[in-house]
Amino acid sequence: MSIVIAYSPDIYGRAALEHGLAEALLRQTTLVVVNVTRGDSLVDSHYAHEDEVQQVLDRLDAAGVDAKVRRDVVPDIADAVLSVAEEEDATLIVVGVRHRSPVGKMLLGSVAQRVILDARCPVLAVKPS
Amino acid sequence: MDLLLDGFATALSPTNLLFAVLGVLLGTAVGVLPGIGPAMTVALLLPVTYSVPAESALIMFAGIYYGGMYGGSTTSILLNTPGESSSVITALEGNKMAKTGRAAQALATAAIGSFVAGTIGTVLLILLAPTVGPLVVTLGAPSYFAIMLLALVSVTVVLGSSKLRGFIALFLGLAIGLVGMSSGQPRMTFGFAELSDGIEIVVVAVAIFALGEALWVAAHLRRTPLEIIPVGRPWMSRSDWSRSWKPWLRGTALGFPFGALPAGGAELPTFLSYVTERRLSKHPEEFGKGAIEGVAGPEAANNASAAGTLLPMLALGLPTTATAAVILVAFESYGLQPGPQFMTQNEQLVWALLASLFVANTLLLVLNLPLAPVWAKLLRIPRPYLYAGILFFATLGAYSASTSPFDLGLLLVLGVLGFAMRRFAIPVLPLIIGVILGPRLEEELSEALDISRGDYSTLWGEPAAIICYLVMTLIVASLVAARIRSLRRAPRTSDTEKDEVHT
Repeated sequence: MSIVIAYSPDIYGRAALEHGLAEALLRQTTLVVVNVTRGDSLVDSHYAHEDEVQQVLDRLDAAGVDAKVRRDVVPDIADAVLSVAEEEDATLIVVGVRHRSPVGKMLLGSVAQRVILDARCPVLAVKPS
Repeated sequence: MDLLLDGFATALSPTNLLFAVLGVLLGTAVGVLPGIGPAMTVALLLPVTYSVPAESALIMFAGIYYGGMYGGSTTSILLNTPGESSSVITALEGNKMAKTGRAAQALATAAIGSFVAGTIGTVLLILLAPTVGPLVVTLGAPSYFAIMLLALVSVTVVLGSSKLRGFIALFLGLAIGLVGMSSGQPRMTFGFAELSDGIEIVVVAVAIFALGEALWVAAHLRRTPLEIIPVGRPWMSRSDWSRSWKPWLRGTALGFPFGALPAGGAELPTFLSYVTERRLSKHPEEFGKGAIEGVAGPEAANNASAAGTLLPMLALGLPTTATAAVILVAFESYGLQPGPQFMTQNEQLVWALLASLFVANTLLLVLNLPLAPVWAKLLRIPRPYLYAGILFFATLGAYSASTSPFDLGLLLVLGVLGFAMRRFAIPVLPLIIGVILGPRLEEELSEALDISRGDYSTLWGEPAAIICYLVMTLIVASLVAARIRSLRRAPRTSDTEKDEVHT
């Protein structure tokens, strides 16, 4: 039993992290922070650096939650989040959502949308406040 | 002087200025992107030569060449991954500087140093080119044969870690160059009528540089992204200036002659410049932790060597780097053959090209100082998009060379060869230079033997030729000596697959 957070080092990822943390404290479950990249460009701003990952872990430790971070290079980000949720027997997935223009949706797709539609467990969609 | 002013008049005409801007923008972009270099870009743009006047195309290609030297440093400094092989050394100190929060200063000293070195290098080129011209006119076929042989041997032996791999590449290139007609007989055409005119160099260049690299990237598509160091606008403090200007000048002094030598290229002078700066620095304790001298010197050296490379190319028709080799192909597609008479017969073109180098250099400084953060954004382009575009242009270029479907098949075969060369860490440069110089080597040899009526002693009958053979003997002897020494010392450890930067 755990809560899976789809994390990226930006405001959306941090919003997901905070809400997921609050939810984990409430439900007394463990946390799994997923941060994956497609690895097809040289630089990916959605992929956290080592020290950023450490900061996240420190933050969760300080809050007293049993947490781990899963990072990987994968072909598809939404699939990766969903399969981690399966493996970890997740009771909840937390994703940050943002506005996308129709063109942006067509070109880039939406990780959050696919996670929301395909997940077997409830999904909490949060916005940065 | 009048000639130079005329050259400026041509280079600054609106059309040519546009081509220069296009060239430096493209050059910087491909310089920033690892794996994609100026040689590949010029190869992909060779079809442009069918529809654009010679001056404009060559001005653009020169811009790409200079731009590539600038762009390579950005990736070296911000990512610790050299964009070009000429910027490998820059990463040593440049990335350390960036990690300690001095990325802006590292980028600034690289850009300004490149400008200073490029300008001085171009001045040297302008001073030397007219004096070298008359000198080389006196050389006969035997000397030419010897000089080209020297270029082939030294390019193969001096660069790269493995001599065996270098020679494999060289002989592959020479073999490709042999295909075609010889004395009215088909040679190595394997019964294909399409091969009787020889293999188009455009197809070889595009296949080896573009297709080979694209296949290589496709085979290694997913990689952990690298950490990029965010940067603002480059700037330098007074102490940075005072620590940079001497390395700039020393780097220029090292880079230009090495560029002009047949075994030129930028790898050796950048390394020497780094070593020199480390020895002369007043802050030796900073080396390894981000010393600005270690960025300023090598970055000046690689731009000066780019200028130096143009000297043997214009005066002798002798390419010493991959980019110069492909630019030489562009000259040939205009029916121009750089060499002894070239400078005097095409004065207007040559001086327009030389003047455009100043223009390109200035444009690069103006573009690069404020735009460094923008260039860094290029690194976020997903590789599939990038390489789809490259493959499109590669196919277009190979097909338009002689509008024959046969060339497309050839492109694929040679592309697989290019991929295999990357897989087994075989350098690309000896192959491409072998393809270009091979047929000319043969031409000079048969001309020399025609004149001497088949007497081989004519080959060492000229002083210049004797010097070349002596230098070759020295190179080979030092190679053998080094080999014996290393055999005595320890059993060698071999390296099979290396992730090198391909230019």
